[in-house]
Amino acid sequence: MSLRKGAPLAIAALLLCHAMVLFAGFFAPYSPEMQYRLLAFAPPTYIHFVDTQGRLHIRPFMYRWAPLPGSLSEFREDRNSIHPVHFFVPGGEYKILGLFASRMHLFGTDKQAPVFLIGTDAYGRDQFSRLLYGGRISLFTGLLAAAIAVALGLCLGGIAGYYGGLVDDAFMRGAEIFLAMPWLYLLLAVRAALPLHIAPEQAFVLLIAVLGVVGWARPARLIRGVVLSAKQREYVLAARGFGASDLYILRRHVLPQAFGVALNQAALYIPQFILAEVTLSFFGLGVSEPAPSWGNMLAGLQRYYVLESCWWMFAPAVALVAVLLAYYRMFSCYVLNTPRV
Amino acid sequence: MRFLLRRAFQSLLLLMGASVLSFVFVSLAPGDFFAEMRLNPEISADTVRALRAQNELNRPLPVRYLHWIGSISKGDWGFSFAYNSPAAPILWSRTRNTLLLTCTATAFAWLVAMPLGIWAAARPGNWTDLFAGGVVAVLLATPELVLALLLLLFAVRTGYLPAGGFASVGTLPSGMWANAAWHHAADVSKHLFLPGVCLAAGLLPLLLSHVRTAMAEILQSPFIAAARGFGIPFRRLLWRHALPAAANPLISLFGFSIGMLVSSSLLVEAVFSWPGLGQLMLEAIRQRDFFLMVDAAILATAFLILGNFIADVLLYLSDPRIRVE
Repeated sequence: MSLRKGAPLAIAALLLCHAMVLFAGFFAPYSPEMQYRLLAFAPPTYIHFVDTQGRLHIRPFMYRWAPLPGSLSEFREDRNSIHPVHFFVPGGEYKILGLFASRMHLFGTDKQAPVFLIGTDAYGRDQFSRLLYGGRISLFTGLLAAAIAVALGLCLGGIAGYYGGLVDDAFMRGAEIFLAMPWLYLLLAVRAALPLHIAPEQAFVLLIAVLGVVGWARPARLIRGVVLSAKQREYVLAARGFGASDLYILRRHVLPQAFGVALNQAALYIPQFILAEVTLSFFGLGVSEPAPSWGNMLAGLQRYYVLESCWWMFAPAVALVAVLLAYYRMFSCYVLNTPRV
Repeated sequence: MRFLLRRAFQSLLLLMGASVLSFVFVSLAPGDFFAEMRLNPEISADTVRALRAQNELNRPLPVRYLHWIGSISKGDWGFSFAYNSPAAPILWSRTRNTLLLTCTATAFAWLVAMPLGIWAAARPGNWTDLFAGGVVAVLLATPELVLALLLLLFAVRTGYLPAGGFASVGTLPSGMWANAAWHHAADVSKHLFLPGVCLAAGLLPLLLSHVRTAMAEILQSPFIAAARGFGIPFRRLLWRHALPAAANPLISLFGFSIGMLVSSSLLVEAVFSWPGLGQLMLEAIRQRDFFLMVDAAILATAFLILGNFIADVLLYLSDPRIRVE
């Protein structure tokens, strides 16, 4: 298989994913906290084109979920009335990128028959909307945390490599200790330094900080190596002989070399950190209810009833695997030494 | 010998460093185990204060650290507030279970990865190679969390295997496993199977790709061509000549894989409610059980460091170049 095969597809998929979660308000029909109490664990809504009389409709429509008589958890379609799916409909208010208020949603139906593309969860909240809003936290935690970790590594590793001596020793012994601990245990130990229950708005920032602290060591060590070798190069010595300042040498000669390593590390970290956020939230130590994240959405599966009978609760897992696959694919094409998928 | 002694000394220093690090991070936490008690109207503020003082939570950090080291040397490993007992007895059963799980998973993973990887390297492009490539791709993209949930679903749906836990309660020995000890062993191994498979599957892509690359590299070297020219049968060549030559990176990988396993066992233990160190760590975090948190983190780190040390010893034994240095 050629090395670059599938990369454009992976990039397109990732762009689409990130756009969808970024503009979750528009793509999601409901707010992530909106509850339909009587429709808990409702299965995905079927989208129909042909009605009971066999007539073809051009506009897709759906039937309302009605609980089976005497049951709260089993549903059947109420075929008495059809509810057409409309596009670009006004609905609940949201903010585009947190700035402009808007009411426009990509699709929606009337009030009596909410549309659940991938079912609802235990509180009757629309899984599709939660998947999009949750992806915003899960995906961007990974991205930003990787950026922070690599930036920290770049700074500390650069300083250690450039100045050498005592600073170098101190930083590198510290990095070794961070690397000596099993990754998840280290993550939990650092997480333990924060309060147990964090408000969802803070959770995002704090998780990024935690992951940045946990992840600085590996890039720092590699970048130190790059800087050490760059320092010995003749052109750097020459530049120094001509009176170039530390800052100039760092910027002009050292950083460009370190950049490749930094990019490589970021590529390894993004999927790992997305997973880390999902894992923490799964254990109830990350983003907490009612705010959605792919991790705390999956946490519902820890109940055997849900695991066995609500297959649509696996939706975040599918999304997660798809995103990871796309990331691996993209990086395996453009960045060296990353896992090949 | 001096090489090994130096490595052992370094490992010990690393462990000390890791203990300081986790001690500091864990004690940065706002609130402690007794903070929850303040909400209870039946417990007076004085009692809480007294309990805190009794457990030395109001002493400065270095003092507490030294006391903790002292209690390790006494064999107590600190005090668990939630269990109201010294931490050591709780830790040992958990440690044993985690060891059982990780060793099983290591065995599973290597037993699959070695033959598959070697055969994939021996016949590049044939079905074994393609199969190995497919396995690597699929497992690499499936996080352990998802894998664990899927295996759990399998257990719950089919009922062939127990869905989590360490041993069944209240089943009587009967039939083939009439002996009680045998019965217990069979029961535990049944519970062990799924988490073991899950951990092994998480490790497999890494092992497979490395075994394949290491072997493929050796198989292209001139001495293999020469040996072939001497008419040594291919299979014998593969296992007796190529494999020992490829062993070096694989032994380092073995050490590294232990670290990965210890880390991901935390997740698998939690999902399968396997009573190991990882589950203990999570429990301790939720209850702010200070010493259990630090102890669990340290023991896990010790496993990792021990794994690397074992890999070093194996390297020392297998590679004469290191011995000469």
